[in-house]
Amino acid sequence: MGSATVAVELRGITKRFPGVVANHDINLTVRTGTVHALMGENGAGKSTLMKILYGMQRPDEGTIAINGELCEFATPGDAIARGIGMVHQHFMLADNLTVLENVVLGGEKLHGIGAKAKAKIREISDQYGLNVRPDALVEDLGVAERQRVEILKVLYRGARILILDEPTAVLVPQEVDALFGNLRELKAEGVTVIFISHKLHEVLSVADAISVIRRGTTVGDADPSEVTARQLAELMVGSELPSPESRESTVTDVEMLKVESLRIAKADAEGIERVVLDDISMTIHKGEILGLAGVEGNGQAELVEAIVGMLPVDAGVVTLDGKDLTPMLTRARREAGIGYIPEDRHRHGLLLEAPLWENRILGHVTEAPNAKGFRIDPAGAKRDTLRIVEEYDVRTPGIDVTAASLSGGNQQKLIVGREMSHQPKLLIAAHPTRGVDVGAQAQIWEHIRVAQRGGLAVLLISADLDELIGLSDTIKVIYRGRLVADADPATVTAEDLGTAMTGAAGGHIESDETALAQAAVVADEQLGRSDAPGGESTEAVAATEAAEAAEAATATEAAESAEATEAAEAAEATEGTEAAEAADEVDAPAGDAADTTDTAADDAQAGE
Amino acid sequence: MSTTTHPVQRGFFQRIDREKLVLAIAAPVLAVIVAVLLCSVLLAVAGYSPFQAFHIMTNYGTASDGQVAILNKATTYYLAGIAVAFGFRMNIFNIGAGGQYQLAALFAAYVGGQLNLPSFLEIPLLLIVAMLVGAAWASIAGVLKVTRGVSEVISTIMLNAIAGAVIGMLLVPGIFAPGNGGGVSNTVQTKLMAGSSNFFTFSTQGGQLYGFLIIAVLVGIGFQLVLSRTRFGFDLRATGRSEEAAAASGVSVKRMVLISICVSGALAGLSAMPDLLTYSHYFGQNFGQTVGFTGISIALLGRNTPVGVAFAALLWAFLDATAPLLSVQNFPPEIIQVMQGTIVICVVVAYELVRRFGVKRQQQKVGAQLAAAAAAANEKKEVAA
Repeated sequence: MGSATVAVELRGITKRFPGVVANHDINLTVRTGTVHALMGENGAGKSTLMKILYGMQRPDEGTIAINGELCEFATPGDAIARGIGMVHQHFMLADNLTVLENVVLGGEKLHGIGAKAKAKIREISDQYGLNVRPDALVEDLGVAERQRVEILKVLYRGARILILDEPTAVLVPQEVDALFGNLRELKAEGVTVIFISHKLHEVLSVADAISVIRRGTTVGDADPSEVTARQLAELMVGSELPSPESRESTVTDVEMLKVESLRIAKADAEGIERVVLDDISMTIHKGEILGLAGVEGNGQAELVEAIVGMLPVDAGVVTLDGKDLTPMLTRARREAGIGYIPEDRHRHGLLLEAPLWENRILGHVTEAPNAKGFRIDPAGAKRDTLRIVEEYDVRTPGIDVTAASLSGGNQQKLIVGREMSHQPKLLIAAHPTRGVDVGAQAQIWEHIRVAQRGGLAVLLISADLDELIGLSDTIKVIYRGRLVADADPATVTAEDLGTAMTGAAGGHIESDETALAQAAVVADEQLGRSDAPGGESTEAVAATEAAEAAEAATATEAAESAEATEAAEAAEATEGTEAAEAADEVDAPAGDAADTTDTAADDAQAGE
Repeated sequence: MSTTTHPVQRGFFQRIDREKLVLAIAAPVLAVIVAVLLCSVLLAVAGYSPFQAFHIMTNYGTASDGQVAILNKATTYYLAGIAVAFGFRMNIFNIGAGGQYQLAALFAAYVGGQLNLPSFLEIPLLLIVAMLVGAAWASIAGVLKVTRGVSEVISTIMLNAIAGAVIGMLLVPGIFAPGNGGGVSNTVQTKLMAGSSNFFTFSTQGGQLYGFLIIAVLVGIGFQLVLSRTRFGFDLRATGRSEEAAAASGVSVKRMVLISICVSGALAGLSAMPDLLTYSHYFGQNFGQTVGFTGISIALLGRNTPVGVAFAALLWAFLDATAPLLSVQNFPPEIIQVMQGTIVICVVVAYELVRRFGVKRQQQKVGAQLAAAAAAANEKKEVAA
């Protein structure tokens, strides 16, 4: 642990963007010489906060103190002068220059551009064990090495406080370990590291202190030696999980979307063929929500674009309601009944500088009420936009304001309303609630559920596994462009799904019931049905055993992925079953007992 | 809650719209003022009286013969400006309007020289020829862009040079020019066009006013209707605002690129017709060499809207028409080019500033409005409770 001096102290930071408060009364204390993790979901406000600390944004309220001195940063230059450096998620290196040239670029005055600079780079590299070769061309370096160059670049400029924005997102596990080794060296040399992440186990393994941000405000600090992954997850997610129980099945046996042996292969920059989608086959029925789980970048975006017709396929057939879509262009496909909530609403879903009613036309320009023959019908579109604003609770002063002036949640509600307004047969919802506030999230889920009852088929893609489990009727896991596993959301936990997403498990995955019971308990608690902790009870003991069984099962899975299902089944056969039943009973009436069960389960985990 | 906000809403929008209008006009007006000031300083430094120079210019602008000359010039400029503006609306930079213009004029002049149909057939035929030639020449850039990803900025500017060479190749005795060298001067030019190709003019106090002005107005109206009232226009504007969003919405972006480059080329071809059909009646080597670039300036200044482009075309025509007068009075005529250049630079900067300001301001207003509504709702609740 580092010394007691405080490197960074943020007090009452508030930053408002039009229509949305990105940061609200954030307090953060980072001690010198520690690795401090800043956790939170996508859109929770981590990046905004770090941009404020790095001088890229100015806070509306609040103070920043560095090493005990109050400062105001107008530009990143001011922050750098105070010894703050930032390593962005996307590297900012010139490929065609050497490491030396990249490092000295913009910092020529520090140590020149020649031998002195090179010596300095070597010195820093050795000091922190970064293993950077100053004469290598950046284009020849791998991702991990580039990241070390970025870190070195920041240290070269005299940074003593390092901000790393999701540094592990681009790394494979071994590289993550190496990076953590580097971070420990930095810490040992007295450098302070602020580490942004939303990966629980990474944070627990490397951080000395943890702060969690949710919905733009700090919801708690945690000590990694005392907190469990589950408690952290709860802090991060809050009470936003969908209720998994309201799932009377609406699935019919009418096939709506059928994808057969879809294949896409692209040549990358070096001309090597990279298979993006490989032999994807799936069927979504009327009234079914199919959830697609996967780490981002494993082919989800391409699959969606292939179904919508934006990306040409090399092989395969897409059929919607018995109609072959494969030869059709995007517009014809959408007219055939595909509603599309794109992953990136700003890039694909909206015309930001156009008024709302024009955005209502987007994607449905040939359909009523937007068009009469080859002409568009602004009056009809405006009337219908007013209806959407009303029905979908889009908070806006009117329909002539630009889409850019609405908050993310309201933009998304407009998109959902638009896509639902044309009686789609299939809805493709990619991260439908990403960056959306709690209220809007619940509303969007409700709209999807209502449409599902009406016979809508939905392809749901989400990074939020609880959302996937809560909404889907079937889950498939995509990994490196292949569907590697499937699961029934009623019998799988987020943890096991997560394992499959890393490619460590395949086939039909089914979690043991004990873990499921725990998950249900967590969900219940997060729904706010229990708050006061109670005393020890027999159920709690049962759950402790259950937790142990679950841990054992997970360990087995990790070790032997092929036999994961068997292992889970074996665990199920033992006392786990009883425990699960007990926990199930607890779950139904809810209340204090549920909370106790959960607490006990956490204790059990913490003990190990 | 939305029902209660309705009355407030109307007032809010009237304000926003008025503001929008002020913002839209502010940028070009500011740019012109800055340009006038800069040119005054320049003239004063060079030892000329800026007041006298502007006096000469305004005198010309208020005289009826001056006005007719300006309107005639502006007709061509307007069409060229609309041609470029059409491309700009979907982020296509047609720098090649000049080449399209010249080739269209050459072919129309040649066809007009060969055929002698009644006017009601001859003139539409020539207009169609000019537009087809302009579109065909522009389509080269379009095809290169959609198939090979060649930037149209590069290809159209290259095609300008190539157009010059093609004209040099075709405009020789025996091909497009008559065997004996043609017209009255000793330069090579096409045969004089048939009399039936003469476009009508209005006789005014100040001279002959181009009847083609009517066509220009019609093109402007058509431009506006197509863009704001048709599916095609919506797709075009959507593509211009965000290519990716348009593609996701079902627009075939490649097709749109090709179509809009061709339409832009066709309009550029059409812009050669006022001078050809009412004034010169033949194509020679010096025919309208700078119209393409003028069109870009005008489209920029006019903000790609039909009305804006009309004002810009008039301003440009006015400036161009007064340049010779200034040199007669011993003023450096280059001052006009300086002024035009300054206007373009200022206007580009001013538009971007105004645009950003507008977006930000609206976001803030909407935010404030919603916050106020929420606060009001809370208050009501409290009162009720």
